[in-house]
Amino acid sequence: MEEKVKNITTEEQQEYVINMGPQHPSTHGVLRLVVSLKGETVKSVQPHIGYIHRGIEKMCESITYPQVIHLTDRMDYLSAHINNEAVCLAVEKALEVEISDRIKVIRTLMSELTRIQSHQLWWASFGMDLGGLTCFFYGLRDREKILDIFEETCGSRMIVSYNCPGGVMYDLHPDFAKKVKEFIRYFRKILPEYNQLLTGNVIFHERSKGIGNLSLEDAISFGITGPSGRASGFSCDVRKHEPYSAYDRVTFKEILYTQGDTYHRYVARIEEMWESMNIIEQLIDNIPEGPFAVKMKPVIKLPEGEYYQRVETARGELGVYVISDGNKNPYRVKFRSPNFVNLSVLNHIAKGFKIADLVAIGGSLDLVIPDIDR
Amino acid sequence: MPFDIYNFTSFTQWIDSSLHNAMSPFWTALTEMVIIGVLVLMFYAVVGLFLVYAERKVCAFMQNRLGPNRVGPFGIFQTIADLVKLLFVELIPIKNADGFLFNLAPFIVIIAGFMAIAAIPFANGLHAIDMNIGVLYVIAVSSMGVIGVLLAGWSSNNKYSLIGAMRSGAQIISYELSVGLALITIVILAGSMQLSVIVEAQRDGWFIFKGHIPAFIAFIIFLISSTAETNRGPFDLAEAESELTAGYHTEYSGIKFAFFFLAEYMNMFIVASIAATIFLGGWMPFHVGPWVGFNHIMDFIPPFVWYIGKTFFVIFLMMWFKWTFPRLRIDQLLTLEWKYLLPINLVNVLIMAFLVLMGWHF
Amino acid sequence: MRSIIEYLKEIVFGVWSLMQGMKVTGSYFFRPSTIVTQKYPDNRKELVMYERFKGEVVMPHNEKNEHKCTGCGICELNCPNGTIEIISKTIVTEDGKKKKAIDKHIYRLGMCTFCALCVKTCPSNALAFSQGFEHAVFNRALLIKTLNKPGSQLMKGVE
Ligand code: SF4
Ligand code: SF4
Repeated sequence: MEEKVKNITTEEQQEYVINMGPQHPSTHGVLRLVVSLKGETVKSVQPHIGYIHRGIEKMCESITYPQVIHLTDRMDYLSAHINNEAVCLAVEKALEVEISDRIKVIRTLMSELTRIQSHQLWWASFGMDLGGLTCFFYGLRDREKILDIFEETCGSRMIVSYNCPGGVMYDLHPDFAKKVKEFIRYFRKILPEYNQLLTGNVIFHERSKGIGNLSLEDAISFGITGPSGRASGFSCDVRKHEPYSAYDRVTFKEILYTQGDTYHRYVARIEEMWESMNIIEQLIDNIPEGPFAVKMKPVIKLPEGEYYQRVETARGELGVYVISDGNKNPYRVKFRSPNFVNLSVLNHIAKGFKIADLVAIGGSLDLVIPDIDR
Repeated sequence: MPFDIYNFTSFTQWIDSSLHNAMSPFWTALTEMVIIGVLVLMFYAVVGLFLVYAERKVCAFMQNRLGPNRVGPFGIFQTIADLVKLLFVELIPIKNADGFLFNLAPFIVIIAGFMAIAAIPFANGLHAIDMNIGVLYVIAVSSMGVIGVLLAGWSSNNKYSLIGAMRSGAQIISYELSVGLALITIVILAGSMQLSVIVEAQRDGWFIFKGHIPAFIAFIIFLISSTAETNRGPFDLAEAESELTAGYHTEYSGIKFAFFFLAEYMNMFIVASIAATIFLGGWMPFHVGPWVGFNHIMDFIPPFVWYIGKTFFVIFLMMWFKWTFPRLRIDQLLTLEWKYLLPINLVNVLIMAFLVLMGWHF
Repeated sequence: MRSIIEYLKEIVFGVWSLMQGMKVTGSYFFRPSTIVTQKYPDNRKELVMYERFKGEVVMPHNEKNEHKCTGCGICELNCPNGTIEIISKTIVTEDGKKKKAIDKHIYRLGMCTFCALCVKTCPSNALAFSQGFEHAVFNRALLIKTLNKPGSQLMKGVE
């Protein structure tokens, strides 16, 4: 008995525990990872969350539905538009409003632009995580072009608050189509450069291939969605399986790989950028005419009941679950945020790899901390 | 006063002899040491500051940015402003740090750099000391810096620092081999370890051209392993900003941090000037055998300019590496050394020895 | 022999892939025309924001110092953050009727999240967004603004 106790202490003494975060360059926000190391090898990772908890779900209970939307911007600030859309779709589903084709197309276009800019920022910061600082500036340089398009139409760059129940806030700017086409032309030239700089690089291959493998079974049982899940072969694209907005009228590939390592999570996102550009090109030339918003009642009251809507954000599946008791405020709102779920797998896949790999794996899961804490 | 920008030998000898005439040998030696010390110190500071500025500009241009552009025209005084700020910044005392070692570490790093500069021939006859084992001395001295890094990491009492320092130790000890072997390749070709003789031997062509492919391979290997030895990206594992925040100098602040910072750039300058001296002919102008007219024009450019030009070319290459590549992982770093660079290097030395034996070089 | 060829292939491929990356950064280095940095405080004059840019909420007044706000309080109701506070007063119109009117339309810039709900829902279109984005001040109290100008009146014909 005594012997056993002694063993545990020596074992524990050998462990080298470091705190990554809450302020750490590669946690991309205030996430704290308690990492036990043996030498440089990670023995376990324990995420501690809640540093940026704002109680968004609770706040939603005291405000009206149109007001909820601007809070959802602040969960996953890189998929702001898609989050907005999710709430709007849930409300529209509850009220059974028919929205026009124009609104659907506008929303789809905006979602795909959001996805591209989110992936651009992810590429930038992933490159930086691996030590290639130049990637960061190239990614941000190109993202700026999308943000300019957003700014022209929505009035803000990142926290767009562009949706409202029944449509969108403003009509598309007259220059929108022209600028988007210009951007697509530009980005089709730039994306191969990303590949030259990072994807094809032998150091990058060494750093990412075979690192942080996630099997299909684990991906499903942990509920990993988005490009991270699809890299493991989990066909989970909500746009394909439960098309919302205008996704049923475009053709696009669901990017699926089976290896599930850091490299394929990376490639899945790069490929998604190509697919998003394809989707945009299919829609941009024939945006239907019509009103940009359906007239809604000034005070929106959802009929009593429970409503659920899922959408595909840049990081995975976002679910919005609204319970209404017939009032103008929701009774309860629950967000199934993709990042919270994706974070849960970190310990599972980072175990046994080096500390540098932990950074790479964390980067490849593409975590946005405010979405985890909400 | 015999001053000639093409040959400093008579100038330095003139200073030496006039000092000898004025005072006893002991005082002469002392005065010379002080003069050289002050000169090297000034050189160190100026080059360090300039390199910081150059790096910021180079990386900015590679990244589609402007870089520093506020302080002075094109921001040239930015680094001086930064240095002044660092001088005035509070030195934060670290609880439970090993005070003596903690303070000693930056100096060791700096001193290693100083000592290496002494042996470098900047121009014809412009060097502090010309040892007959110059190459060996430079290798030995420049690797002393790792002691400072190890001490810094150990004494900071910080886990990140310790990991960084240990990485740095493993890294520098391994890459030292490659640096040494790459230089040996050229020593075989030149037949001497004396830096001035090596430079002189390149009068009719730089070694990188004279030594066929082996010299070129040695140059590439030297570039890679010296980048690793100076802890610069993509081998900056000791700092590994995204993993270890700042690695071994996480806990340093103010002027002590500035020492580490400057030392990094000075080390880069030193390895670049060694590369320039040994592979690219030092201060020797670029000569093409039979083209007399061309050679005359090249001779017209002062040797010091040649030397600086070559050094900065190598420095630019190293900056280009740093701002393009992602970082390696520690085990890959060691794999690269032991499985790729070292075997190639050994074969390379053999080939070079064979070439020299057969007299197949130019 | 085979493994040696593999080994050499690996090295050649590795070096080649690294050169690809260097080509990208190098090409940008020698093309300073691609620099995207804006010299911000220097280019203030040329810098034009998009017309829809949500800088801060303002209440446009015409040259006769009239605005369109009736003091109905809908914007206050719709603001999710309690940014807006309407202080109304009762005035007597020319034909002797008592009427509610705006006294102070208080807007706390520090609390605004630029969701545009107030601007969208105002029944008389009294609010708008300005393009100014330089909001920094030295005193927090300066962020609390009164949107209707002193002495301003309701525009004719707005109910
Ligand atoms: S600004 Fe518009 S909504 Fe607000 S009180 Fe005035 S009229 Fe009513
Ligand atoms: S923009 Fe939104 S937060 Fe700001 S005052 Fe208007 S309603 Fe309130």
